[in-house]
Amino acid sequence: MTILANILIIFFIVVGLVFIVVTAIGLFRLPDLYTRTHAASKSATLGVMCILIGVFLHFWLIENHFNPAILLGVLFLFITGPVGGHIMSRSSYIAGVKPWSGTVRDDLKPEIERMKKEQGIK
Amino acid sequence: MSFQILLNFFLAFLWMFLSSNYSLSRLIIGYLLGLLVIIALRKFFKTRLYVDRVWAVIKLTVLFIKELILANITVLKLVIKPKLDMQPAFFKYDTTLTEEWEITLLSSLITLTPGTVVVHVSDDSKSLFIHVIDSQDIDETIDSIKYSFEKAILEVSRS
Repeated sequence: MTILANILIIFFIVVGLVFIVVTAIGLFRLPDLYTRTHAASKSATLGVMCILIGVFLHFWLIENHFNPAILLGVLFLFITGPVGGHIMSRSSYIAGVKPWSGTVRDDLKPEIERMKKEQGIK
Repeated sequence: MSFQILLNFFLAFLWMFLSSNYSLSRLIIGYLLGLLVIIALRKFFKTRLYVDRVWAVIKLTVLFIKELILANITVLKLVIKPKLDMQPAFFKYDTTLTEEWEITLLSSLITLTPGTVVVHVSDDSKSLFIHVIDSQDIDETIDSIKYSFEKAILEVSRS
């Protein structure tokens, strides 16, 4: 029984670590802010969630201590992760960060220009 | 919907008082019996059964977790690949959802799907501007958003 629990815990923590390493490599390799947002908002969320689940299972199955605060942490990460990615990319687009030169189509540019004209922002 | 839940709790407490045994197990038995009564009398309610809606929420959650895992595998492949040959693009997606919470939910679902991040929601909240990391299969992405996520959200919200 303990072996099974240990396998589960190690699995979750290793998967979380792999995803966090992927996030770090992605932040180095990808060409512009918007593609880096993909790496940061997805892999980081799932990576930290997996590590938290591993910690929760360790304390629950090995040390017999049920800690609901960790589960709440998982839930909050789940809700706030994508919102963070959205806000970062939106505010940098409005502030004028240029997308990578390989970007093939841009429907957003006229919309933002129209919005800025309406509100009188340069 | 909240009326049905309140009614169900009322029936559960009624069962507890009828059997004059005030324990949690009695309450749960009363709740299940009340659920049976509510299902039997479903044609007298104007809205649909709340059990139906709870089931739709569970399906949406499963979809959410599945998409999160798929998204991460996509990003992993993209980052590990030796040559950067993706074609990012911003595209406009017109949504049929009207309520604010539905649009927020759809935006977080899209942000957690493989290769898409919502950058901007238009002022009239009729269209979302999505940054897609690889635009070679853009139509497929739009179809998958339309037919899986919007459908699941509408399933939760319809009365």
